[in-house]
Amino acid sequence: MAIAREAEPVGSLNEVREAGLDREDLLGIYRNMLITRGVEERGHILYRQGKIPGSFYTGRGNEAASVGVAWAMNHDDVGTPLHRDMGVHITRGVEPWRIFAQYMGRQDGPTHGRDGNVHMADMQLGLLAMVSHLPAMLPVAVGCALSFRIRDERRVALGWFGEGASARGDAHESMTLAGTRKLPIVFICDNNQWAYSTPTYLEYATEHVADRAQAYGFEGVVVDGTDVLAVYREAKRAIDKARNGGGPTLIENLTLRMEGHAVHDDAFYVPKVMFERWAENDPVERFRSWLRDNVGMTDEDEDEITAGVKKLLNDALQRAEESSMPDPSSLLEGVYATPEDLDTPHHK
Amino acid sequence: MAELTYLQAISDALRIEMRRNDKVFVIGEDVGVYGGAFKVTLGFQEEFGPWRVIDAPLAETAIVGAATGAAMMGLRPVAEMQFADFVSCAWDHLVTIAAKQRWRAGTPVPIVVRLPSGGGFSGGPFHSQNPESSFAHIPGLKCVCPATPEDAKGLLISAIEDPNPVLFFEHKHLYRRIKAQVPEERYTTPIGKARTHREGDDISVVTWGAMVYTAEEAAKQLEGDGISVEIVDLRTVMPWDKAAVLETVRKTSKLLVLHEDTHTGGFGAEIAATVAEECFEDLDGPVRRITAPDTPVPFSPPLEKAFIPQVEDVVKGLRELAEY
Repeated sequence: MAIAREAEPVGSLNEVREAGLDREDLLGIYRNMLITRGVEERGHILYRQGKIPGSFYTGRGNEAASVGVAWAMNHDDVGTPLHRDMGVHITRGVEPWRIFAQYMGRQDGPTHGRDGNVHMADMQLGLLAMVSHLPAMLPVAVGCALSFRIRDERRVALGWFGEGASARGDAHESMTLAGTRKLPIVFICDNNQWAYSTPTYLEYATEHVADRAQAYGFEGVVVDGTDVLAVYREAKRAIDKARNGGGPTLIENLTLRMEGHAVHDDAFYVPKVMFERWAENDPVERFRSWLRDNVGMTDEDEDEITAGVKKLLNDALQRAEESSMPDPSSLLEGVYATPEDLDTPHHK
Repeated sequence: MAELTYLQAISDALRIEMRRNDKVFVIGEDVGVYGGAFKVTLGFQEEFGPWRVIDAPLAETAIVGAATGAAMMGLRPVAEMQFADFVSCAWDHLVTIAAKQRWRAGTPVPIVVRLPSGGGFSGGPFHSQNPESSFAHIPGLKCVCPATPEDAKGLLISAIEDPNPVLFFEHKHLYRRIKAQVPEERYTTPIGKARTHREGDDISVVTWGAMVYTAEEAAKQLEGDGISVEIVDLRTVMPWDKAAVLETVRKTSKLLVLHEDTHTGGFGAEIAATVAEECFEDLDGPVRRITAPDTPVPFSPPLEKAFIPQVEDVVKGLRELAEY
């Protein structure tokens, strides 16, 4: 039996206005979802062209969940997005050309070729770079929230994990510490139903991951992760609550991973009918229809947005391809930080 | 100057840093009301309040992970593991995140993890280990192992000031046994600089932590036989003072490396290999290692005595080297 609250879909335009979104915001969200999908589609092409070393991961199907949450964050909030959360990077302002440079191991990627795929983040934009060990970034996000509490700052940390990672002890310890100390954090579970090839019933025995929240003393909410407006509304509510001293919330955005774990994986183990059913709820298409029906997005509006995204990505690809490969002689630099490295807005 | 135990010197350093920098905070199990399992933070919560001396749940992963996050946000966390042994539960956060974040993502992680380590009091396999070599192997971490009260204070202040993750191994057997005059004011002891604990001409012992005192006892016993032993206290194993080690080897031409950690892959192996590579021509004998054997740390006193290098083991090793 479900314990977590199951969020209602967002219906009317009024409801959206009450949540603080105007027409410009709504088109901005749509644009970010298109950029998110576009970056990953272009990434696929780069991979097939042999320009991306190693493997390649995407978050197709998670565009609404990632953009919707990030849109609800304040400028000085922080978060630890993962490999299905490209929309968070885009919404926080990471420039696509730097993401392509990162994919290709170029000097101008955020990690300068030292790490690959979505293992990157811009601290100036309040993002902390993920590691492969999931959900190892959750305790780190809790630490960010702890620092806000210690300094009485009205800021919120967001920690992302997946339903697969929910099985690991880090998730439990993080939620225990956050719950006991009522820290300003929102836990975001991207439940895309497959941890590589492992289905949900082998990862958790409750109906929802969010059902666990009650055990840690805070609210759990399950949201249709293909409904960007519902995601935004629930994220905003939880972030505001955390900011006002109300403690953590666990939001579980339910989606389907529409591709394999990584580019080498054809996801043969996912029933075809499941893909077909979720394809009918494609988050980008769903929001596009909503915008046409509710805020009068016209063909001209759409053409303008689509052309803008296309140009952005074309220019980004070109700029990334012009970026040089890293110089091997730089390998040994920066293993240890120097006092000058602490000269950041966070350390002042 | 004031006479302080090794433990009091650690408390003193931490209190000084917390008073002068409100970014410094302590997090760990039982560090607040109880003052820590060994009482290093006794009275701290009264002075600094519950949000700077944070009693955490029994969750080492969360403690070190949260310290990492708070450090990235500009604070200077000092996390306490109740025993160094429990750092195994936080390995991922030190090794996967804290150690690599500067290099791969440009984000410094200035945390200190205090690790009460070492045996000698029947703590058994899970309350006696010296895991410094495991962490010294990880690029991006620093490992500090003070032997004296003066170094404990100066090195802890340096560790808190350092922009990197620093593992501060404090030897439990020294906590209340070792007392010395310690300057009352704030001072730092550089990380990466060894200290000559005792001057000598015939054989060098390179060691750190509680083994400094074992080496000293052995050196005194050999004095009567006309064998002059130099003892170099490494003070920090990462970074380690290679220049000081090579210098003492060039001076005496014989080297014994002594550590309480187990043998294979212990940090002594790194020192021996470096000496073989860089001053082979200066050696008049094989580099000798005296370490614990490759077993878990035993509980029962006769077993533990057989495990931890004893003064007589060091005397024997030094005699063999002297006669070589």
